[in-house]
Amino acid sequence: MSFIPTQLPETAEVVSRRTRKPHTSMLLRMLMRAAVLRRGRAASALLAMIVAATAATAMLNLYVDVQAKFRSEFRNYGANVVVVAKDGQSLSADALKTANATLSGRGIAVPFAYAVARTVDGRSVVVAGTDFEQVQKLDKWWSVTAWPQTSNVPANTEATGIPVRPPTEALIGIRAAAAISPKNQPFVLSFQGRTLQLTPAGTLQTGAAEDSRIYLPLDSFEAWTGVQPSTIEIAATGSPEEVNATIRNLTQALPAADVRPVRQILEGEARVLGKTRATLLYAAMVIILTAALCVLSTLIGWVFDRKRDFAIMKALGASERLLNGFFAAEAAALGATGALIGFAIGVGVAAWIGRANFHASVAPRFSLLPGVVAGCIVVALISALLPISLLRRVEPAMILRGE
Amino acid sequence: MFVRLVYQSFRRQKRRKLLAGVAIMLGVGVATAMIAVATDIGDKISRELRSYGANLVVTPQEDSLEVQIGGVDLRPPSDGTYLNESDLPKIKGMFWRHNIVGFSPMLPVPVQVESQKTTLLGTYFHRPLRFGKEDFVTGVRLTHSWWKVEGGWPADDSQDVLLGTRLAARLQQHPGDQVEIRGQGYRIAGILSTGSVEDDQVVAPLAVAQRILDKPGAVRRIYVSALTKPEDALAKRDPKSMNPALFDRWYCSPYVQSIAYQLQEAIPHSHAEQIRQVAQNEGTALSRIKGLMLLITLAALFTSALAVSAAMATAIFERRTEVGLMRALGAGNASVAALFFTEATLLALLGGVAGFVGGALLAQQIGRSVFGSSITIEPVLIPVILAIAVIVTCGGSAAAIRRAVKFDPVYALRGEA
Repeated sequence: MSFIPTQLPETAEVVSRRTRKPHTSMLLRMLMRAAVLRRGRAASALLAMIVAATAATAMLNLYVDVQAKFRSEFRNYGANVVVVAKDGQSLSADALKTANATLSGRGIAVPFAYAVARTVDGRSVVVAGTDFEQVQKLDKWWSVTAWPQTSNVPANTEATGIPVRPPTEALIGIRAAAAISPKNQPFVLSFQGRTLQLTPAGTLQTGAAEDSRIYLPLDSFEAWTGVQPSTIEIAATGSPEEVNATIRNLTQALPAADVRPVRQILEGEARVLGKTRATLLYAAMVIILTAALCVLSTLIGWVFDRKRDFAIMKALGASERLLNGFFAAEAAALGATGALIGFAIGVGVAAWIGRANFHASVAPRFSLLPGVVAGCIVVALISALLPISLLRRVEPAMILRGE
Repeated sequence: MFVRLVYQSFRRQKRRKLLAGVAIMLGVGVATAMIAVATDIGDKISRELRSYGANLVVTPQEDSLEVQIGGVDLRPPSDGTYLNESDLPKIKGMFWRHNIVGFSPMLPVPVQVESQKTTLLGTYFHRPLRFGKEDFVTGVRLTHSWWKVEGGWPADDSQDVLLGTRLAARLQQHPGDQVEIRGQGYRIAGILSTGSVEDDQVVAPLAVAQRILDKPGAVRRIYVSALTKPEDALAKRDPKSMNPALFDRWYCSPYVQSIAYQLQEAIPHSHAEQIRQVAQNEGTALSRIKGLMLLITLAALFTSALAVSAAMATAIFERRTEVGLMRALGAGNASVAALFFTEATLLALLGGVAGFVGGALLAQQIGRSVFGSSITIEPVLIPVILAIAVIVTCGGSAAAIRRAVKFDPVYALRGEA
């Protein structure tokens, strides 16, 4: 046999070695040599470990982060909270400011004021005043041919000294446009005796009530009608708990108004997101389990393959504890290395999936690192110690004889 | 001899073959389940997205301008035109009828309930209808899934009504009480909560609203909930500008636009329009979820391919002695490789079939527990999955086989790695 050492150590030394604790540098050397000498096998075991850690990291990272991504995606459905003045009154003048302060950047709040005006031929039409810049962010589904310029052109003082405002540009719902301004011509509306000249800037199509309304910039609307906003539509961002907290805070901050969750939006989102999350969780579980089983089978094969080393060490007098410790240390080192490399790759994979699908990066979750490392080490330990406990019962001589 | 070699190899090395087979089975199972889920998730999620409510609305073609603030129509009821209730079942006769999840007619009537001015909304709750030989059920319980009722839903042929939760609180009414509308008493079947304008209204069966308005068969608008395909360049084109072939393709695709077009054909003097808030966002949400599942499926396929390759490499590595013996007895590289590849293919086919069955069961389990419905598995998947299994198994074995064949038989037989 090729492993017979040229010099047999003194018996006394063997005895003393047995009683002494294993030398750390020797253990390290054995670990290193095992990895270097059996590069191929060690590499394939490490590869399996890396694949498993990558899969686990990527899936867990996605699972945590994708919900936030989907939530911001679902905010395209528009307002999920509505603040309405009680009993058809107007909201107080600082209601919008209060709402924005309560949101503190965690959503968009858009005021709406409504009035019924009359055209020259006596037809009623709903006129709404709002903040066009904010509406564009809130109601992304509005199909608008051209947004009115929110111009700050100073009032033109003519020779008479009376300020003459330039004609106000309005956004006209497609049904209102067909009835009132079919040729895109300017028109006049009156509200309680006060008239206003309007030029259509573009048409608006939503398929809902907005189609039969005329939208004006809020300041022009207020100057003309004297009506304050009666509704604030809010798209609050965050998880259902955060949205509920926002609703509670708004209710407290605006006691004079009704704060209502838009159930249609909230429940639809919860449902779709819940199903997506459950599918994702199943997928994550299945993938991680497969990867773990793959590691298990590769590592078991690796350890079985080294039964010769095991037998030699045992024949040379290594204690059971030392052997267990050696293989455990080896497995733990492998698991930790694999986990670290896999974590780095997994974060990259998650980021790539986030970029490819959501056009936004998935932030690496370093809080997952301890879990991934621990999981990898546990799987590695199980797959190392399982075959050891089987081999322990076998006489070294049998293995060395190649049986 | 070759067949015998293969046969004996399987017979004598049951444990190793089993291990490799299990690895292949797991890999194929995961791949099958993920592919099945990914191909079906579009369908499943678009059904879930229907919980956002109707994505199409049908109104009379020559309607007067709506004067609606906060869900209350300020038009006098004599104003404007109506659709005909008897035309409703025709919706189930159009080309894309199977994509119609449900529809709800609406007829708002301004009423006074105990000195409170409000709207009575006539609609279908869960009404059985018949078109031709087909029976179906439709109404708000299908199209407005966020409507919650405390108490019971009224029957569509009853005189019972639902009271909006805020209105009920103001009137201090409870399920089972009577409410008087235009001199007639109606039983309150339940209290309705929608988080929207209906919370201040009365919701009644359509026939009740028509009688109060004294317009039998009248419907103001119809909300239609349809399964649609995300719109693309073709969907947005004007059907009038298309040539006949293109028009057929457009007409036979379940775009929200073409379904609107068909609704207009089905219901005379009507105008159908997509509700953009719902219809436009559906497409993006759907494509995001589908995209995510596709990428994850690719990752799963990659992982299981690596797992199978690793298992095969291990299995072959363990058989160096055998290779050495064969080569020592004069077997050529080609015949040794042929033996291993045959074994790998056989293993891939056996493990692949078992994995396919397991993966299909897993997909069913996921479908049932997540979506409450089974996931359809295309039969065309079987050959595709088996082909992938064979390619991955042989590919994973190739490097190991090459190394095993190159290894000097002398060392292999002496047991030196």
